[in-house]
Amino acid sequence: MSRGLRWAGASIALVLLVAFPLIVTKPFPRHVMITIFLYAMLAQAWNLLAGYCGQISLGHAVFFGTGAYTSTLLLKYLDLTPWGGMLAGAVVAVLLSQCIGYPVFRLRGHYFAIATIAVGEIIGTLMINWDWAGGARGLFVPIKRPDSWLNFQFHQSKQNYYYIALGLLLLALWITLRVERSRLGYYLRAIREDQDAAASLGIPVAAYKQRAMALSAGLTALGGTFYAQYVFFIDPESVFPTALSILICLVAVLGGVGTLWGPIVGAAILIPLGEWTRISFGGSGKAVDLLVYGALIMIVSVVQPGGIMALAKRGRRRTG
Amino acid sequence: MSAEVILQGLVSGLLMGFVYALIAAGLSLIFGLMEIVNFAHGEFLMLAMFATFWGWALAKLDPLTSLPITAGLLFLLGVAVYHGLIRWILGAPMLAQIFATFGLAIFLRAAAQALWGVDFKLVKSPLADGRLAVGGLFIGLPQLAASIGALAAFGFLYWFITRTETGLALQATAQDRQAASLMGIDTQRMFALGWGIGAACVGAAGALLAMFFYIFPDVGATFALLAYVTVALGGFGNVPATLAAGVVVGIVEVLAGLLIAPAFKYAVVFALYLVVVLWRPQGLFGRF
Amino acid sequence: MDQAPQVLLDVRGVTKRFGGLVANNDISFQVSVGELVGIIGPNGAGKSTLFDLLTGFQTADAGEVLLGGQPIARLRPDEISRLGVARTFQKLRPFTQMTVLENVMVGAFQKTTDPARARREALEALERVGLADKALAHARVLSTGQRKRLELARALATKPRLMLMDEVTGGVDLRSIPGLVALVRELNAAGTALVVIEHNMGVIMDISRRIVALHLGEVIADGPPATVGRDPRVVEAYLGQAYVR
Repeated sequence: MSRGLRWAGASIALVLLVAFPLIVTKPFPRHVMITIFLYAMLAQAWNLLAGYCGQISLGHAVFFGTGAYTSTLLLKYLDLTPWGGMLAGAVVAVLLSQCIGYPVFRLRGHYFAIATIAVGEIIGTLMINWDWAGGARGLFVPIKRPDSWLNFQFHQSKQNYYYIALGLLLLALWITLRVERSRLGYYLRAIREDQDAAASLGIPVAAYKQRAMALSAGLTALGGTFYAQYVFFIDPESVFPTALSILICLVAVLGGVGTLWGPIVGAAILIPLGEWTRISFGGSGKAVDLLVYGALIMIVSVVQPGGIMALAKRGRRRTG
Repeated sequence: MSAEVILQGLVSGLLMGFVYALIAAGLSLIFGLMEIVNFAHGEFLMLAMFATFWGWALAKLDPLTSLPITAGLLFLLGVAVYHGLIRWILGAPMLAQIFATFGLAIFLRAAAQALWGVDFKLVKSPLADGRLAVGGLFIGLPQLAASIGALAAFGFLYWFITRTETGLALQATAQDRQAASLMGIDTQRMFALGWGIGAACVGAAGALLAMFFYIFPDVGATFALLAYVTVALGGFGNVPATLAAGVVVGIVEVLAGLLIAPAFKYAVVFALYLVVVLWRPQGLFGRF
Repeated sequence: MDQAPQVLLDVRGVTKRFGGLVANNDISFQVSVGELVGIIGPNGAGKSTLFDLLTGFQTADAGEVLLGGQPIARLRPDEISRLGVARTFQKLRPFTQMTVLENVMVGAFQKTTDPARARREALEALERVGLADKALAHARVLSTGQRKRLELARALATKPRLMLMDEVTGGVDLRSIPGLVALVRELNAAGTALVVIEHNMGVIMDISRRIVALHLGEVIADGPPATVGRDPRVVEAYLGQAYVR
């Protein structure tokens, strides 16, 4: 498929997506789409660090939680509009990511992955015990009426949430595209392939890893604020757990790590799948969808670590 | 905080440390052989604990009695996992390797939840029950038995790797796969054996833990993390060192709980991990 | 009036120990701007370790390395690269998930942030090494000889003053060697100083203006090829006592 054709296809898809909530007005399908957009965006953010730069973080939920908590706390105690909170959340996440990255990036491979889990757990534990920030009980997002864009709260319908989520996803896509084509993108990929060879070509490896981390963390935090303003309740269990980190990774891995469209494909498959199993199996649906997720991850790792995007490319090359 | 309380803490930390060491030993063995971290190690432990529980609930088997069976079952599981999953990702990029065992972990945990529910289960009145009073200290008998059992299993493992022909073949494969195979050692067999033994270690540890620990599908997660920390501290691939590392982890955990706050004991252990791997990336004694 | 050639690389008393093994012992030599110096020595002589020390991948236990008068022994590999030292590796390390052109662009990006310009510079580098027609191929489909050229192009794209080449002809089929050698000569003629580790005696004696011979971590000879080739210590190190005449 030529580039022109691909962009035409993407444009049509975009038009359809924009028209979707105007056609489908039931809340549940809209919710599913919003969830797809959110996870696709989170996976895209994770992808920047893990897919393009090769640093596999298994604790990315910390940035999601940082975004959610920062904006909610600012709203609760300073009455700051969540949009400002969103930006603040991103800034805090970036700062946090640099602090984490400084020691953790000195590690390689498995040590690094385990360290990210450890950091995630430490921060999760801290949040559970931080009573000023709600502790284990969590925080309720102050309800403001009437619905307004300024307050980033809409109670009548999900339509505006849909467009915001779509907007965030498009932002993530745009950033990834820009990175892919720039010097940053080339350097990140070089680091992923062979850190030492990259250094021998003049790339300051640690500095670039930090840059990827900052970008990734900031984007993820935006998603966190969105989630807070959508669900109106956050607690360490919902925004900081390792399970969330895993789900984000899975979406990206299934779709295709290191590719532009992979995270979107992954989300488009996994989220509806999750919802379907939850509906079909009721209470124990939690376990069944995890069962399927686990099996999927194993299969993808063995059969095609490049995910669905790689499968598609292989298929195309064979027929082309 | 009296000296007595601290001493009590140190003793319990030491005892648990041996158990951590046993769990970590399996992980270290596998990594030493093929440089793959088994992210499903915690779930192996969980399955062993459940196996022990059902042995007790259905056949009145005491954990200490069913230990060899549990270890044997886990051995088979390890070999099965190797042939069914690991064999196919030996040459794959690290991302694929991490996610393969990660996926297995999620799968096993979900399977346990689906089969046995989320409720906490407990083995009541095992053979080793009650407390021992030594000086001014109280040592729970199950914990003591678990600790001695772990130490014994660890000793057995060490003897096996260093004194038997198969064990030496394992070491040879770990150090230089190609050279070992040139000398007639079947690499695939060694790998499968490594997984089997690694799983068996965890199986024994699970049976021991089941004597006094709550059993539920997610129980493996924390132990797994502690095991990763232990292995990293001792050095990936260095099995004897995991004993010392396990003790360090056990003691740090208890001391952190006593001196800082119980809620933070694991957080401190993980922080310790970060400090150690940054200061000495290859762990305290490791090769990598 | 002939000016004394300017010293570009000044290695002074560099020593590196690994536990009880002394890999490099008090190594000193100089490389002038635009010079081509060959490094020879039997396996285990410490040649690759020396390269690692010069490019920041290892830190020397003693001694100093000056590049254009500036001390570089304690710098990181990327800092040294940005000062104008490029290096190729004995075990080739192309970025296998990228195309040939993208590989070289990574090098070119050291001197520019503009992707279009990096692409142009990369293509130029590929032209110089004769790989321009393979620009869009994936790096992993290249033959060994082509990979050597790719690594050269990638290093060249960083516009180095000094290039350290670890094995030019290793693993390359006989037919491709003359082409590679000619390329090396061209690069030197264009002004880049080269330090080349090479096992193929014919090649190295032919192209080097000077040869530094290492044995068991020490410099045992340093001079024009003809002189070094007849040095009894060199002959003994390579061929054994029986061959010393």
